[in-house]
Amino acid sequence: MTALRVEGLHFAYPDGTPVLHGIDLTLAPGERVALLGPNGAGKTTLVLHLNGILHGGPGTIDVAGARVDPADRAALAEIRRRVGIVFQDPDDQLFMPTVAEDVAFGPQNLGVRGALLEERVDEALAAVGMSEHRDQVPHHLSFGQRRRVAVATVLAMRPEILVLDEPSSNLDPASRRELAEILEPLPVTVLMVTHDLPYALQLCPRAVILDAGRIVADGPTTDLLADEPLLHAHRLELPYGFNPATVSRP
Amino acid sequence: MGGALFLERVSPVHRLAPEVKIAAVLLFTIIVVITPRTEFWAFGGYALLLAIVAVAARVPALWLAKRATIELPFVLLAIALPFAGQGERVDWLGLSLSLDGIHGAWNIFAKGTLGVVASLLLAATTTMRDLILGLDRLRCPAVFTQIATFMLRYLDVLADDARRMRIARLARGYDPRFLWQVKAFAVSVGALFLRAYERGERVYLAMVSRGYTGRLPRTSENRAPMSQWVTAAALPVATAGIALIAGLG
Repeated sequence: MTALRVEGLHFAYPDGTPVLHGIDLTLAPGERVALLGPNGAGKTTLVLHLNGILHGGPGTIDVAGARVDPADRAALAEIRRRVGIVFQDPDDQLFMPTVAEDVAFGPQNLGVRGALLEERVDEALAAVGMSEHRDQVPHHLSFGQRRRVAVATVLAMRPEILVLDEPSSNLDPASRRELAEILEPLPVTVLMVTHDLPYALQLCPRAVILDAGRIVADGPTTDLLADEPLLHAHRLELPYGFNPATVSRP
Repeated sequence: MGGALFLERVSPVHRLAPEVKIAAVLLFTIIVVITPRTEFWAFGGYALLLAIVAVAARVPALWLAKRATIELPFVLLAIALPFAGQGERVDWLGLSLSLDGIHGAWNIFAKGTLGVVASLLLAATTTMRDLILGLDRLRCPAVFTQIATFMLRYLDVLADDARRMRIARLARGYDPRFLWQVKAFAVSVGALFLRAYERGERVYLAMVSRGYTGRLPRTSENRAPMSQWVTAAALPVATAGIALIAGLG
């Protein structure tokens, strides 16, 4: 049983620009994988394929055994429940007037109503420590709080795979740590797109490097980050003074 | 921004469900508009009714007066009417005024003020969010309430974008004092539009990812109890009463 299986995925934008050149990627249930790569490598394009928003090229995607088929609308709704994507800018994700309504949006689309819906909202907000902000306007929250609510909006759909697009971007160090503490205990498969290599090391035991539409490396995050020529070849850099070999694990 | 007109108070008017208040204000305004302009004392009665509502809602008169200045452009237009009007004329302080024009001016002023104050009372006692909810429950087409919902959420985001762009312009020595310097402003407005457009696309993608299929789920099915409708009906009923008595008298 695999949580996610991508096989031979190709994609080119309608203007002919090729982005993905045959992606093969398999995630086991509960696995946490960092998707690394320079800007323009095709990371976001790959992510938008995982729940069928982008499609059309050769190749297949299976989520926990179910094929992503854009023509089958009913199956697609189930795929979108299984694959929860947290987008980079929380202002794109939080569009409802209050936090609670936004968290309720996903489950409502799945047909959840009434007390069950309340339960989902409470559970998701509690998981990200935002319960006391449920009736607030998203605009009045700090950026870090909005990112946490964005995670909650996806958790409320009880996804099997959590896909995070640059989860640590624009966060101050404390918010970044708080988010890690929230993500760490979640019982889901995680695919984390990031440039933040220490964050990848902290949260994901395995990493893959995507460059120019191809997976160029796949292995334990510690090994990948220790391979300086590899990182250098794909425009990835560790922060000044950071040595993955000497990081102490708590 | 979203709550600039909302006045946070604890009052019986604040507690009423939004759809009830919207319906009451709408009916009130319709009756005011169809009242013949020469029924002067009826308008006095309407004003008294609004005063009672304002006291019940604990909205200060000065607060209302300040915000009612939005009406000023129309009042200016009304002032011009007695001078420009046709027909029978009267002399007042050496000025020749059109009687028809005076009535026209009074008509705009009285009905406009009553409408504006009634709307302000609604806005002062109901949050923007509740207003949209109320419209939705009154079966206002979903397209309108959805657009309003998105505006409510993204107006602040957009205003923030605009503010940051303005600061960035000022930081590079932009000092718009002359009309020909308006170009940078105009270009910024274009850039802001593009940003909003692109954000719209990203918001849509994020919504689709959460199972959106073109229909926003109804947020709450709680309807106003009959007692609230009866309470709120007091305003239009009293208004209609005044209008009827004035019409008969």
